[in-house]
Amino acid sequence: MVRLITHNLLACHAKGCTSNNFPLQFKDIQIELREAEFNPDFLRGFIPRIEWGALTDAARQLGDTSLPSEPPDMLDDDFLQKLHHVLLEIHVEEGAMVCPNCGHVYPISNGIPNMLLAEHEIG
Amino acid sequence: MIPTPDLTHLNRGDYLHVYEPAEDTFILLDALEQDAEELRALAPLISLEIGFIGQILGSSGTLCITTDINPHACRCTQRTGIKNKIPIDPILASLSTPFYRRLQHAVDILTFNPPYVPTVFDEMEAAQVTAGITGSWAGGTDGMDITNVFLKQVEHLLSPTGRLYLVAVKENDVPGICERMRQEYGLQSTVVLHRRAGREHLFVVRFCR
Ligand SMILES: [Zn+2]
Repeated sequence: MVRLITHNLLACHAKGCTSNNFPLQFKDIQIELREAEFNPDFLRGFIPRIEWGALTDAARQLGDTSLPSEPPDMLDDDFLQKLHHVLLEIHVEEGAMVCPNCGHVYPISNGIPNMLLAEHEIG
Repeated sequence: MIPTPDLTHLNRGDYLHVYEPAEDTFILLDALEQDAEELRALAPLISLEIGFIGQILGSSGTLCITTDINPHACRCTQRTGIKNKIPIDPILASLSTPFYRRLQHAVDILTFNPPYVPTVFDEMEAAQVTAGITGSWAGGTDGMDITNVFLKQVEHLLSPTGRLYLVAVKENDVPGICERMRQEYGLQSTVVLHRRAGREHLFVVRFCR
């Protein structure tokens, strides 16, 4: 499952690719929506770990524009529900993630991203 | 308690491609269960599990990521998650590499069940390249080649209260690993479990700041 919470933590790690290697850009994706258990404490705790711009950008690529451009000061339930949906309920099943710097393509198949590199691409 | 995962969905055909949960998997699960109360008190946000252990730490309160270089193992982990109704994100990757940049000092629970059986180097390289079942047990000349790469990533990954659970065998020189991690990274270690399983003497070592 490539959920946006995971996507927000993945960077390109090809040889020599050390800047502008995050966030990976989605390409030719198929998504599925699956309900997940809502846990407001987890979301509040996780917000400091999120690169917010990368998240809203990725959500837009998946057709979701419900999040504000900055996390609000007041983390009310309405906002947390939206964040919950974007982070945890949208699953990218097929497609690819492409490095914005070196163009390396990381394919996603059956919900599992292939982040392995060939021998000569390992830094 | 942390329940032992239901693995009844995996069959003989799967175990041709992944390492059947064996003593090294169970000793890791037992060590985690032994520490279950402490781990819950830690309220872990992120757990990163490297290598196929059948997956148990996920809940709505913890993001549970697993990596494995074996695609079959990733698929088994995915199915284990579905079967046990635990959200898991299996990633086909070598160690923590794609997360290294973003998970700096962010991992609360790190587990590593390495390929530790001593083998010849060529076989290990071949196994890492083909990434099939051989990759889960071929560990290099003293069984430590992959573990050594991983140990260099640990301090960078662990959160201030994070901990690593490492599976090792006696031949890996557990006291030597502990001393190195203390000297180079200031990490404290405790052997939380050890047992004999046939010819192997298995250890689970916990590291923290
Ligand atoms: Zn790149």
